[in-house]
Amino acid sequence: MGVYLRPRRLEEALSALARPSARPHAVLAGGTDFYPARVGRAIDEDVLDIGGIDVLRGIAAGPAGWRLGATTTWSELVEADLPPLFDGLKQAAREVGGRQIQNAGTLAGNICNASPAADGVPGLLALDAEVEIAGPASRRLPLRQFITGVRRTALAPGELVVAIHVPLPRHDAESAFLKLGARRYLVISIAMAAATLEFADGRVVAARVAVGACSPVAERLPVLEAVLIGAPRDRLSDRVDAAQLAPLTPIDDVRGSASYRRDAVVTLLRRLLADFAR
Amino acid sequence: MKVDFTLNGRSVAWDGPPITRLAAALRLDLGHTGTKVGCDAGDCGACTVLLDHRQVCACLVAMGQVAGRTVETVEGLGDGNGTLAALQTSFLAHGAAQCGICTPGMLMAAQELLRKTERPTRGEVEDALGGVLCRCTGYGKIVDAVMDATASLPAAPPAGGAVGARLARVDGVAKLSGRERFGADGVPADALWIRVVRSPHARARFTVGDLGPLRRRLAAVLTAADVPSNGFGIYPDIKDQPVLADGHVRYRGEAVVALVGERDVVLAICDEEVPITWMPEPPVIGIDAAMAVDAPLVQADKPRNLLLEGGVRRGKVGEAFATCAAVAEGVFETAFVEHAYIELEAGWAERVGDRVEIHVSTQTPYMDRDEVAVVMRLRPEAVRIVPTACGGAFGGKLDLSVQPLVAVAAWKLQRPVALVYTRPESMAASTKRHPARIAARFGCDAEGGLLACEVTASFDTGAYASWGPTVANRVPVHAMGPYRVPNVRTRGDAYFTNAPPSGAFRGFGVPQAAIAHEAMMDELADKLGIDRLEFRLRNALRVGDTTATGQMLAHSAGLAQCLEALRPHWREAHDEVAAFNAQNNEKGRGPKRRGVGVGCMWYGIGNTSMSNPSRMRVGLSPAGTLTLYSGAVDIGQGSNTILTQIAADALGLEAAQFALVAGDTDLTADAGKTSASRQTFVSGQAAERAGRDLRGQILRLANAGPDAALSLEGAKLTVRDGGEVRVIDLATTGPLMGEGTFDPPTTPLDADGQGIPYATYAFAAQIAVVEVDLELGTVKVLRMVAAHDVGKAINPTLVEGQIEGGIAQGLGLALMEEYLPGRTENLHDYLIPTIGDVPEIDCILIEDREPLGPSGAKGVGEPGLVPTAPAILAAVHHATGVRARRVPLLPHRLREAIVAAGKGT
Repeated sequence: MGVYLRPRRLEEALSALARPSARPHAVLAGGTDFYPARVGRAIDEDVLDIGGIDVLRGIAAGPAGWRLGATTTWSELVEADLPPLFDGLKQAAREVGGRQIQNAGTLAGNICNASPAADGVPGLLALDAEVEIAGPASRRLPLRQFITGVRRTALAPGELVVAIHVPLPRHDAESAFLKLGARRYLVISIAMAAATLEFADGRVVAARVAVGACSPVAERLPVLEAVLIGAPRDRLSDRVDAAQLAPLTPIDDVRGSASYRRDAVVTLLRRLLADFAR
Repeated sequence: MKVDFTLNGRSVAWDGPPITRLAAALRLDLGHTGTKVGCDAGDCGACTVLLDHRQVCACLVAMGQVAGRTVETVEGLGDGNGTLAALQTSFLAHGAAQCGICTPGMLMAAQELLRKTERPTRGEVEDALGGVLCRCTGYGKIVDAVMDATASLPAAPPAGGAVGARLARVDGVAKLSGRERFGADGVPADALWIRVVRSPHARARFTVGDLGPLRRRLAAVLTAADVPSNGFGIYPDIKDQPVLADGHVRYRGEAVVALVGERDVVLAICDEEVPITWMPEPPVIGIDAAMAVDAPLVQADKPRNLLLEGGVRRGKVGEAFATCAAVAEGVFETAFVEHAYIELEAGWAERVGDRVEIHVSTQTPYMDRDEVAVVMRLRPEAVRIVPTACGGAFGGKLDLSVQPLVAVAAWKLQRPVALVYTRPESMAASTKRHPARIAARFGCDAEGGLLACEVTASFDTGAYASWGPTVANRVPVHAMGPYRVPNVRTRGDAYFTNAPPSGAFRGFGVPQAAIAHEAMMDELADKLGIDRLEFRLRNALRVGDTTATGQMLAHSAGLAQCLEALRPHWREAHDEVAAFNAQNNEKGRGPKRRGVGVGCMWYGIGNTSMSNPSRMRVGLSPAGTLTLYSGAVDIGQGSNTILTQIAADALGLEAAQFALVAGDTDLTADAGKTSASRQTFVSGQAAERAGRDLRGQILRLANAGPDAALSLEGAKLTVRDGGEVRVIDLATTGPLMGEGTFDPPTTPLDADGQGIPYATYAFAAQIAVVEVDLELGTVKVLRMVAAHDVGKAINPTLVEGQIEGGIAQGLGLALMEEYLPGRTENLHDYLIPTIGDVPEIDCILIEDREPLGPSGAKGVGEPGLVPTAPAILAAVHHATGVRARRVPLLPHRLREAIVAAGKGT
């Protein structure tokens, strides 16, 4: 039987992680990835449950942007009073599992699980999110550098994600998200796309577009982002071109073929961008 | 760790490892078994509870996280003593619970919503309940129940008025209150548990090393050597599947070693600790590999890997095709499909003297009894099967699963022993729908009259025979479709492969065949420029017609009535679809196209050319207790209720006065298995006869005429005959027992498949309206209209429930379900339709009376599913011009076909 810790204070959690151990703690928050990986067997790992640490929870706005606490749930995000910048991430939140999962699953859990099909990652990439890490030394990493591969992150032993930061955009910003799955509800994405666009005088002045489930880690599409600059909001989808998908490396799996994903992503991106014409 | 929390308003102190799942603590430690476990992975929502008023999966919550918080479960709804809350009553009134296994989760998800929104919209209900899977209902009645949460129960029908009434399920209160005991719910506290070590390979030889160290930690470690007679199978002469593999595994998921001990201990032993040395061999995957000249044999004594072949031959097919004005042909392929009942295989056994008693979720108690007796080398009478409530089955609980292992272990250890599968285990080990390759060729004359048909259906039957022979026999009889075809040649064959055993699954191969024959109907109609529905009507089997097996249909062939009832919906749907497509094209060539399709089916009720009797009893005790003794297992479809309604009217007392004893092989007679859509027709007729038999005895006692009215009050049975009133004191007359048996009249099929395979057939036609996204290849089913000839709807609510649930499974077959061993062994990679995928369904019940059936009724369990995939695929073709040759029609397959056909944008 492993050790189970549920500290109230972040320092306790960090000191538990700092203790040298042959068996690093498994970090537990919403449990929505932890338990599914342990079906039908006894759980004997040492577990650090961070769900009781108040400072890790909740959303706060500051002069530089927003701090999304690590254990903020998808439902809390949906219910939070946030500007249109967050509409895309909220749309993604509503597509994570069912309500049960949205009520329990956490933002940081989604990025730490590092699934190629993590529903939160494209939207957070499009928000230019940074990951705040506590540990022997506190540090911040851009999200794309934090997730290093399939089920891999840059977290070092002794480190814990404490928050995700979304910088304040310089202009009026809006975002959107689209998910493609073979059924409604409870579905792992075949592909998904998210975009944040900043507008001035009805034209795009900054663009961040990301695609998920089409590469080991969700990727931004810089070439597409560049061609969107200067476009009027009702002419965005015309600028999507398959050649902009170079960062993507989709695979064949049970949900779809690689060629289908390439094809569908173009459609998703066109529709996603057409959605800004309002 | 001690955890204090509030459970349904009461303070609870729980002690145990804090990493324990809340679901496990509720069920195993706190006796709250109303919360069900279907996956332990957050994929099914069966364990949904409220944690601080929010719905969560109790399988994903650590007990350490529950301290100081409030938990609400199904047991907290209502008053806890069987009086239901309004929402539960609404579920009962709407028929929203079938098997009942998802019901607690549905109720709790709805509870979260209704606290915020008293009168939610359909969309709000779907969003709130989207995380709970139901495999029985098709969701429509659940949505209705939540939107109309103050509905009250219909008035109980009077004596003689039960048949045809929308009687609430007789077992409904238990299912809605969380009190129903399913296979995993009644395990004794002192039971030992089994964990099965299964093959990770599709085909391998293996040796088991020294089990001594493990045996010292456990009560027992069972291998093939511990099984008295190590072979089972549903056919008396085919016992080809080992309980535990003996040196050779033939599919991934096959049972190899059973660890028996305390629950925590067996769960803590991982597969790697069990000394098995594997020598994998190249597996035989798919029917082409199985049929190859040099194919290795899956079973050494089965040459050519052939399980069986059969067929039907009538008329002169070759000559007839030469005269056809139009001929259509095509090859269609289907995948392994998983039953995905939300209740996992579960049960427990104990040795009672020189007998063994098995409490298990099953569709077939008497077959289980006989099969366990063979395995145990016991007399059948030494085995007692006590069926628990069954949380969905669909054919998947017709084969043995936990039964032989718990029996062998309990017998050896003289202690109760339980086994509950995990979801991945259930999916890997259990039977599947047969993958099929169906080559069809149909021809007709210039007026659209069918002249000839040739169908060859080849099935992948997996590693063991299971119900393969049943599929291979049933399909050739049905493969020409519900049509008059004078010249027929159909064949069915089944091949062994290194895949899970293909077994029984709602329709026994007929749904696969229907995809082919219905595509052919559309193609012929199109070639001749005849409306697709009218083409079918022209060829529909009617009373007086002779089938391809030479059987004259004397009664109850209502396909034409079904199609005629659909005709106005068909025309309306065509108009709507045309208007949508015209508008969509106008507005800058939008990517959405709608289409409408029709599918037809027929389905022989009961076993194919084999005796399948049922015996029912109705007893009246000296205390005045009226009891239906039914060996028929209600797997959610409602036979407990249907049989009560039939028996009540035959006897002439109110259905509400009946108690029920169901399934127990010690207390009931053999009613046969719950499969082949047979319980309403076969056991229903037996129940009618049993009711009439008891009524006859009562009338003789009272010396009353046939029209006398009965009433029962305590031990006083009053018989009113005209002006005369006689009171029978049951305390002095002693117990009365009426009995009825029925075995549908069939004859064997000869070498050409000629004979009477079934006593009666169900007929149906369904319309699907779909919207296809041409750019993404996705299909949204917008509406279904289903017309079913059911002979007589004994309980229209339950009949609709079967049709709607069948449609949901047919939709899954058409669009999303594909089991791939090792890759889709869970409910997030293997997709079944959710509440957001199943459209609103209109059911039209046609009652073309079947004289052999109780009050004219036939079966409906399987027919709901059969025409659905054909109708959806036809609608996709109508929308896109693409004919699906392979299902499921996943988005990437449809998109690729659209692009290949040049229809893409």
